Amino acid sequence: MITAALQEREHYLNASYGIKSWLLTKDHKRIGLLYLATITLFFFLGGAFATLIRIELLTPQGDLVSSETYNKLFTMHGVAMVFFFLIPAIPATLGNFFLPLMIGARDLAFPRINLLSWYLLVIGGLLSLYAMLAGGVDTGWTFYTPYSTSYSNTWVIATALGIFVAGFSSILTGLNFIVTVHRMRAPGMTWFRLPLFVWSTYATSVIQVLGTPVLAVTIILLFCERVFHLGIFDPTRGGDPVLFQHLFWFYSHPAVYIMVLPAMGVISELVSVYSRKPVFGYHFVAFASVAIAVLGFLVWGHHLFVSTQSLYAGLVFSFLSYFVAIPSAIKVFNWTATLYKGSISYDTPMLYAFGFIGLFTIGGLTGLFVAALGFDVHVTDTYFVVAHFHYIMVGGTIMAYLGGLHYWWPKMTGRMYPEGWAKLSALVIFLGFNLTFFPQFVLGYLGMPRRYHVYPPEFQVLHVLSTAGASVLAVGYVIPMIYFIWSLRYGKVAGANPWGATGLEWKTASPPPAHNFDETPIVTHEAYDYRAVMGEVEVG
Amino acid sequence: MTEHIDRVRTYVLVFAVLIALTVLTTAVAFVDLGPFSVVVALAIAVCKMLLVALFFMHMRHSTRLTRLVVLGGLLWLIILILLSLTDFATRTWVGVPGR
Repeated sequence: MITAALQEREHYLNASYGIKSWLLTKDHKRIGLLYLATITLFFFLGGAFATLIRIELLTPQGDLVSSETYNKLFTMHGVAMVFFFLIPAIPATLGNFFLPLMIGARDLAFPRINLLSWYLLVIGGLLSLYAMLAGGVDTGWTFYTPYSTSYSNTWVIATALGIFVAGFSSILTGLNFIVTVHRMRAPGMTWFRLPLFVWSTYATSVIQVLGTPVLAVTIILLFCERVFHLGIFDPTRGGDPVLFQHLFWFYSHPAVYIMVLPAMGVISELVSVYSRKPVFGYHFVAFASVAIAVLGFLVWGHHLFVSTQSLYAGLVFSFLSYFVAIPSAIKVFNWTATLYKGSISYDTPMLYAFGFIGLFTIGGLTGLFVAALGFDVHVTDTYFVVAHFHYIMVGGTIMAYLGGLHYWWPKMTGRMYPEGWAKLSALVIFLGFNLTFFPQFVLGYLGMPRRYHVYPPEFQVLHVLSTAGASVLAVGYVIPMIYFIWSLRYGKVAGANPWGATGLEWKTASPPPAHNFDETPIVTHEAYDYRAVMGEVEVG
Repeated sequence: MTEHIDRVRTYVLVFAVLIALTVLTTAVAFVDLGPFSVVVALAIAVCKMLLVALFFMHMRHSTRLTRLVVLGGLLWLIILILLSLTDFATRTWVGVPGR
């Protein structure tokens, strides 16, 4: 009966049918789902490479794959995860779907450009996939010169061009979001009534627009040196290899914030909803996003401490790097303060939010360790660094991405996911994650270098622990995949606002109609004003 | 936001100046000015950039927000060059042991 009623109402999923209605859609919600499918594919591809890496590292000898294959595995793991999963993960899926809904708009400012940016990601992804299938690439995801331009005999150009094309997808998405937030807000939706997810996505977009062109330039220069043998980075031709690292990290360090800022936005939403309180210090959290976006561009040299960068530049970059801790800490403290005296419920998205806060804090604090010039010289290129950035990327971004996906799933599909299984998998992921990556801090501190598949036998116990954790983590990632698909047909019908949340996206039906709102909403409250709206909200 | 449209004559004039400056750049390349060669070439390039931005890209008549975006782009370019130079300019301040 309920199912029949759900199918009768017209919404974005049943407004039109057929492959063409998806491949030529201009609806931001459908494009969000296209992104979701694409990045899920790359997530499991990158995960498969990670699995092979972890199995190889079970024993001190190189017995599963050759050194050359191992180099390709960690390179392709990085390329797939960074460029085709983490960077588009939250902005292009959840952002695409919810940014217009959250500000009360009918769509993004440029719906056709939005579709174009998905096609660019797919074309870039196919190019890189082609490189992986044709023989792979072994330079590391960072493409350091002169190895990548003069010595590597693998598919450097195809992979780099794939990233080049995908970069334009990122730029166009950022541009689209910036214009949308400026021009498409509903009446009464002032800047300081914007949900914090919108603030952080906006700050992310600014990074995408300002940073990604530099990556494009860098890839073109790499192309010129590898194909036309121009001396740009290779010292034997009069180039400067450290110049490549400057240009690369000018984009790639801010890219870390492209990955983690939207995650912070998701956590602000979750913490507020499940403690029934407005986010503590809204303005500070909003401006902290902007501050991270700006400061993120001033610290890239901390990746170059041992790359023959000048000692004085190292001092400057080390000093500037500490500043990022300030807005990051503002966020963590303000989320914690939001919980204080809140009416906290432990639904699955909130479990992910708790996971994020803890793991991001560990990742962030070890970030201060490696930002310290003296300490970093000791742990550069060891598993300490690997553990640090996986705490940020996996423990931070993926936890928030999964939390957001669970939180908004009922809105996207009109169906609830099974709560018991979801809580179980959140727990499995948290335990599996820590078992995988905590031993890597110890490994790195003891001197295990990254990017080697043969190691001294005394490191084996910690490597076995890490591989065991990775197996648990893999199970944790497969469970949601299964029950999300299951819920599409068998999940409980969700209703417009299952969490009793305040955002505009919950004011429209689940799934939303093709043009989001039956009538343009008018905003009269601050964001997260639970006291003012508690009367109107129907929990169910 | 009001749309201001320049006369065709203005565009043609700006185009002619751009071509003239290109010719000038080429001509100056044949004169040995020592270290000032780069300075002169870059100065001419900045003039051309300003002409393109102000006239062809309508910066003269654009809103303050658009100007802010352009200035932001310039500022970020300065960050890229300046912080990279903190490395390049100071590399030789400390000697390399054994060399």
